[in-house]
Amino acid sequence: MEGDAELVKIMAEFKAMVLKTAGTNCDFETAEALRLAGFSPETMHVNELIRGGKNLRDYRFLVLPGGFSHGDYIASGKILANKLKYRLGEDVPRFIEEGNLVLGICNGFQTLVKAGLLPGFDGNYKRQDVTLTFNDSGHFQDEWIELKNVNKGRCVFSKGLRKTIHCPINHGEGKFIPGSRKVLARLHEQDQVVFKYAGRNPNGSLDDIAGICDETGRVLGLMPHCEKNLFSVNDPRSTRLDLPVEGEGTAIFRKAFEFVKKRK
Amino acid sequence: MPELRVLDRKPADLVRLGKEAQLHLNEGEFAAIQKYFERLGREPTQLELETIAQTWSEHCKHKVFNGVIEYVDERGHKEIIDNLFKRTIRKATERVAGEVGWLVSVFKDNAGIIAFNSSHHACMKVETHNHPSALDPYGGANTGLGGVIRDVLGCGLGAKPVANTDVFCFGLPDLAYKDLPSGVLHPKRIAKGVREGVRDYGNRIGIPTVNGAILFDARYTCNPLVYCGTVGVLPKGMESKQARPGDKIVAIGGRTGRDGIHGATFSSAELDESVSTSVVQIGNAIEEKKFLDVLLKARDLRLYSSLTDCGAGGFSSAVGEMGADCGARVDLEKAPLKYAGMQSWEIWVSESQERMVLAVPPGNVERLVKLFADEDVEASVIGEFTDDRLLSVHHGGQLAGQLDMAFLHRGNPRLEQKASWKPKPFEEPVFSEPKNLGSLLKRLLAAPNIASKETTIRQYDHEVQGGSVLKPLVGADLDGPGDAAIMRPFFDGWAGLAVSNGINPLYGDIDPYWMAASAIDEALRNLVAVGCSLERVALLDNFCWGNPKDEAKLGELVRAAKACHDVAVAFKTPFISGKDSFHNEYTVGGKTVSIPSTLLISALGVMGDVRQRVSMDFKQKGNPLYVVGKTFQELGGSHYYRLQGAVGRSVPRLVVARARKQYAGLAKAAAIGVGKKNRDRVVRAMHDCSEGGLGVALAEMAFAGGLGCEIDLRKLPREGVERNDYALFSESNARHLVEVNKSKRTAFERLLRGTDFACIGRVTGPGRLVVKGLQGETVLDEDGKALKKAWKGTLNW
Repeated sequence: MEGDAELVKIMAEFKAMVLKTAGTNCDFETAEALRLAGFSPETMHVNELIRGGKNLRDYRFLVLPGGFSHGDYIASGKILANKLKYRLGEDVPRFIEEGNLVLGICNGFQTLVKAGLLPGFDGNYKRQDVTLTFNDSGHFQDEWIELKNVNKGRCVFSKGLRKTIHCPINHGEGKFIPGSRKVLARLHEQDQVVFKYAGRNPNGSLDDIAGICDETGRVLGLMPHCEKNLFSVNDPRSTRLDLPVEGEGTAIFRKAFEFVKKRK
Repeated sequence: MPELRVLDRKPADLVRLGKEAQLHLNEGEFAAIQKYFERLGREPTQLELETIAQTWSEHCKHKVFNGVIEYVDERGHKEIIDNLFKRTIRKATERVAGEVGWLVSVFKDNAGIIAFNSSHHACMKVETHNHPSALDPYGGANTGLGGVIRDVLGCGLGAKPVANTDVFCFGLPDLAYKDLPSGVLHPKRIAKGVREGVRDYGNRIGIPTVNGAILFDARYTCNPLVYCGTVGVLPKGMESKQARPGDKIVAIGGRTGRDGIHGATFSSAELDESVSTSVVQIGNAIEEKKFLDVLLKARDLRLYSSLTDCGAGGFSSAVGEMGADCGARVDLEKAPLKYAGMQSWEIWVSESQERMVLAVPPGNVERLVKLFADEDVEASVIGEFTDDRLLSVHHGGQLAGQLDMAFLHRGNPRLEQKASWKPKPFEEPVFSEPKNLGSLLKRLLAAPNIASKETTIRQYDHEVQGGSVLKPLVGADLDGPGDAAIMRPFFDGWAGLAVSNGINPLYGDIDPYWMAASAIDEALRNLVAVGCSLERVALLDNFCWGNPKDEAKLGELVRAAKACHDVAVAFKTPFISGKDSFHNEYTVGGKTVSIPSTLLISALGVMGDVRQRVSMDFKQKGNPLYVVGKTFQELGGSHYYRLQGAVGRSVPRLVVARARKQYAGLAKAAAIGVGKKNRDRVVRAMHDCSEGGLGVALAEMAFAGGLGCEIDLRKLPREGVERNDYALFSESNARHLVEVNKSKRTAFERLLRGTDFACIGRVTGPGRLVVKGLQGETVLDEDGKALKKAWKGTLNW
């Protein structure tokens, strides 16, 4: 029994919240990715946070998974972004300031950007400086791409991470556009660009940018779905190449776990 | 709409009046209605007539399949078929059910259910949404998908949808506008609208679209076909449901409006220029996704005792079916509406989307309503199930209609129809062997039915839920045509589900029996090609036909259904669910155009280990290439003959015993070395030969792998094939092309012993596809890149 209590305590240290709302649709595999990495994930509807039924402070890692939150009507991620900004107020900025981790994948990235949580210049988590808009193709695209880790050390998710990750993009609005040249220059200067598309740029993103972090390096957003390559059996190259059993995308979640573990 | 009086009227007049009111009931049915109300001594209310029309519609009752058919075959033998469905499709399942032992629920629920792994069952349903897609391609496709997803959600106590499939049949995309019939949308516009409809619904709701097909034929111009399928997983022990008297009737999801009124009865009618688009529903994927999530939670908490989706016929069908054995009482004023001012019957039969009906024990209602409300989903008690065996509908304190459940569900007279089949007088075309087979191969690859569907496939999310193992596009550049999709719905084991389809209406022009046999074989050999054994494979049938009153058309149906029986029994692959759609014809300027009789076969296979997967792209230079299965001179209905402007007579046939043996050997070979390095595997690539035959299959394997090959047709296992073009382009069934690991030849040959197989060549480095002919001379030498370009150029819009 004592062992169990200890286990429950350890589990609590590694609690991760998968935040969903109407139209979120990658919560299942995102929770699986977290579990594989060592976290104990809980999938939560944003209404539960708004009503105060759950408190973000009980978690170490907040993940916004992919999907079409509220149908992406108005603009992708916009409605959920407004809920975070206006209904949860200081909850998420405080969560970041307390040293926790935030990850947004695809629609989650769009949400973080539109809420102003990324790039979070000067610790301002309310101002939108960049956007993600319609792909150059004008429509949704599903294809596997090579994600290149270009970060020099700021981002805790990518420090010591492998150089490339093979995973799919599944989005219609993934074209990364900074608000100005200055914003783009600052992202590069401050080492906030984390991932780029290697090879062909699938959506017209400026400077091939696929993912950025905030100034603390603890908030990461990326368009490609690293959580879709948890097992190499999902990787289409695996019928041609011998790959390890674990998929390349799992590594990002493992880095998050390493960070949380060390911090404890 | 004025109320229709039925007493003291001639049934023939009622049929006409009924058609004007979009009831689409026939004489016999009106006679039965008259008799019922004469006994009650009153006229039916409009709501009652509408309820009967919905419940007795072709869409809900499958009257053609369940009726009595007097069939005369090609030799003049007469046969009375009392219920074609029970005597063919269902009989096949009953005959193999005992032997297979993994059927859980067939033909009675919204989807068929089979055993999957230690914790879950798998289920599948394929629907058609043809008429709506002709009028409003985007909306029709949207709601077609939404509907079939709800079928799976309403299967057992609620299955989680894990994959979608879609198969479309359109008119020719290059049709000149001046040749477009009045009142019809251009095939390209329909194609794009349907593509976007499926994309926006499927992607938003978060179910991967993993498999499909797109066919083009001039006869689909006025009546496109849209098939949507959904695969689901259902926890064991959740396969049965029963609404109990006293349970509350709870409507969940979207509100009810005037969209989609008469969708069910409209399926019993032929299209013409006058049809209004108000019969098409309006879809909202997010609304459905919202309740999908909560519904599965409510299921796990066991908060309801039964459920079904509100599809065709809306509340009238959903409540009518759930309460068929007990009775139900509904108060329409409690149903949430999109706007005020709707009449009772409109609320009752509206097919507004994203709605389901649950039977909830009174003690659970409060908890259930709160659960849904927590995620912003409306759940409203609109009535309760009773024990009076009556369907009673109240509105504003008044009785708007009351019908005996027994009459409603069993009171319709059976349809009696005549059918006959005679072979059409097609002849084999006579032409000499063309010199340039390379350019013919390119033309075949560019034919719209064979050409790459990448532009469409890439717009569909086939990765969401993270279980995609084999994708619709495979190969070195991830653009080769995969044979079947494989999913792994749970990450704690290697078990998976493989999905494929088979369809070839051109064969049906010659003989619908062999069309059906070929479609089943195609679906099955596609599964085998990806490494799935046939030990646990279930089939689904989807018949899209013209007017069943046409004796010849109905004869084609009988013949196709007979083949379904024979072939499914012989393969031991039972049918678990199906659907039929008749009246796919269009009248303009006094001329009626019918679609070709079209049968889609979908196959769902259970794989013990998804790592057994095999993709179709060539892997390694120097590996030997085998053909398993014999090639006959079977070009009737082939794409090659079509290029020559002919249909022909020699439709591909099938000897199941031979095919089964081949498939068993191939599945065993594919399983060797699983979980080890690729060099330990025996089978490195596999592809089936279908449209365009061996030639097209070789080209696809080569350019998908970025490699070439050299083959020698003299080594091809064949019978009666003496021409190079026939050898390359015959579409004989039951054939696979296999790249075998060169160090594992013996193992492969041992497993295939006793079948018709031969090594016909080898994989070569990047570059060319070279074919040596039956006389030993080079008959084809083409650059792989040029072939790929031809294949990718047709449908890149």
